[in-house]
Amino acid sequence: MSDRTAAGGAPRPWSPARLLARFGTVIALVLLLIFNFAVTPNFATWQTLNVNLTQVCTIVIVAVGMTLVIATGGIDLSVGSLMAISGAIAPMIFMGKIVQIGNIYAAVTLAILAGIVATTLLGAFNGWLIARFRIQPIVATLVLFIAGRGIAQVMTNGNLQVFRVPEFQVIGLGRIAGLPVQVIVMLVIVAIATWVLRRTNFGRSVLAIGGNERAARLSGIATDRIKIAVYAISGLLAGFAGLVVIAINSAADANLVGLGMELDAIAAVAVGGTLLLGGRATILGTLAGALTIQLVRYTLLANGVPDAAALVVKAAIIILAVWVQERGRTA
Amino acid sequence: MTRRIDWGQLLANYGVVLALALVIVFGWLRYDNFLGAFNILSVLRYNAMFALVSLGMCFVIMTGGIDLSVGSTAALGSVCAAYGSPYGLVPGLLAGVGAGLAVGVLNGLVVTRLHIMPFIATLASMLAASGMALLLAGNQSISVSYDTAFTELGQGNLLGFPIPAWIAIAAYGAGSLVLNLTGTGRTVLAIGGNEDAAHMMGLPVRGVTFLTYLASGGCAGLAGVVLAAELGAGQPIEGVGWELFAIAAVVVGGTLLTGGAGSVVTTLAGVLLLGVLFTILNFENGKGWISLSAYWQSVIRGAFLLVVVLLQARLTARAGQRRKGADPASAA
Repeated sequence: MSDRTAAGGAPRPWSPARLLARFGTVIALVLLLIFNFAVTPNFATWQTLNVNLTQVCTIVIVAVGMTLVIATGGIDLSVGSLMAISGAIAPMIFMGKIVQIGNIYAAVTLAILAGIVATTLLGAFNGWLIARFRIQPIVATLVLFIAGRGIAQVMTNGNLQVFRVPEFQVIGLGRIAGLPVQVIVMLVIVAIATWVLRRTNFGRSVLAIGGNERAARLSGIATDRIKIAVYAISGLLAGFAGLVVIAINSAADANLVGLGMELDAIAAVAVGGTLLLGGRATILGTLAGALTIQLVRYTLLANGVPDAAALVVKAAIIILAVWVQERGRTA
Repeated sequence: MTRRIDWGQLLANYGVVLALALVIVFGWLRYDNFLGAFNILSVLRYNAMFALVSLGMCFVIMTGGIDLSVGSTAALGSVCAAYGSPYGLVPGLLAGVGAGLAVGVLNGLVVTRLHIMPFIATLASMLAASGMALLLAGNQSISVSYDTAFTELGQGNLLGFPIPAWIAIAAYGAGSLVLNLTGTGRTVLAIGGNEDAAHMMGLPVRGVTFLTYLASGGCAGLAGVVLAAELGAGQPIEGVGWELFAIAAVVVGGTLLTGGAGSVVTTLAGVLLLGVLFTILNFENGKGWISLSAYWQSVIRGAFLLVVVLLQARLTARAGQRRKGADPASAA
């Protein structure tokens, strides 16, 4: 996890607080795994792995986009609503409610594209509000948080869309070499995003904007365009995650798809060690953060703790993780 | 230098009151009974709890913070109030408000002592309060006792006016007094304007920041009491999305999210505006010309929020240009 910008100056000596801050999430993850192998019955099975990965993968996909947004010093509250929108659009197309398409593969392709393009454009709209009008990200994305789910509900009239289209549902139910398709897609997205953030000009510009936007602009970075792109990417990933959710459920419910996702994604990013003020970000950290939160919940549920108590524990973990990182930075 | 009225600034500050007046006049001209007693009183009764959470949110936002936990705190407050209701009106009230204050203390400590960003601190307490509410209530709603006067807090009237509305008015009166007439109120604005400067001036930054989260928790707990009394049950899963409604109301009310400026009265106008828009939708459907499902409500609210923030952005930018040298982006 070295995809952070150098803080500048000579490297400081390692202190326990800084080590803990940097690798705390990974350490916690390893400890959780050891605990589960020892205590939780039937933990070391292929099925447990698949259940956990399937549940966590939509959060990770959305959280990758959120990491990029937060790296610029922004936030995207609209991701859950965007998931509902793509989840509402796609079935309307492949079920032939708008236009009849004879070839099912063509229909599914068009459905997936339409859903993702719509959310990408809405994401770009978020970015446009933020870059062009200097509206604070939390307010700008609040607009689509409120209106977006309404749009999805209006499109479907709030009705459940039930379907059985294996050609489409392969993105939620299919398997390649035993692994769920969406898990493989998630890993590919994580790999690409890690590479983009570490190795490309775009990634460096994203971090530069989060570090000091004025300095970034003065040094010739097209800050507005980069910000719009980052929110568009967040919209794209949210749109795809929405499609995965409805594929798994064999149904699209505009009232429920992606509900609360913005908070899960932000929590994963925060626990993963990305600086919430922007300027420093780690995609692998976000992956570790999402896995940690998921594994804590699974551990508690598998050992008979009610889901409500798991919420309280999750809250404590978020605070603890952010506090440890905060101390590591100032140590 | 001649003193000229800065119309742009005036519009930025009180535009929401103007918009509210326009919407009400529109409704009055277009629909029968729009200004009838029944409609007015039900709008006030229903929006009182949103007004309460928005008041607390307004204070937190004026310091430059945010409180995402108000919705689940209200849910927790409603459950505690329901458990307290068999012992009477006051115990029920105290139980609900006490639960809210407890969450407020937690938020305040985490923000001021552990120095964790308000966004994350209150995101965590949102989850924790929601979990506590579900645990206490055993995943179901808790009926309120009708043997005591507790339900009066939500369903009763005083001088022909709904009691929830009285509670909200009293809270806003108190909030307005604190903000405009006390040192604490000025400190709230100073912290939001520039926290370091406020600290160096010797203002009690930590204490007052703590107080705003305490107040927000208390307001949310009170909203939970009203909720339980109105619905006749403590609802552990209510309050989802209230925090964002409250933020929208505060923003529509013209309070800047960066802190340092704001008004309690225009926040109330923001709450009423968002509430009245919903009523207009119902009345419009009643006329039969169009038929918009309830789902349009959130689309219209979102569109409205968009218009408001765009207007604010323009007005702020223009004010920034007039004060030469001020870079609107540098505040980001």
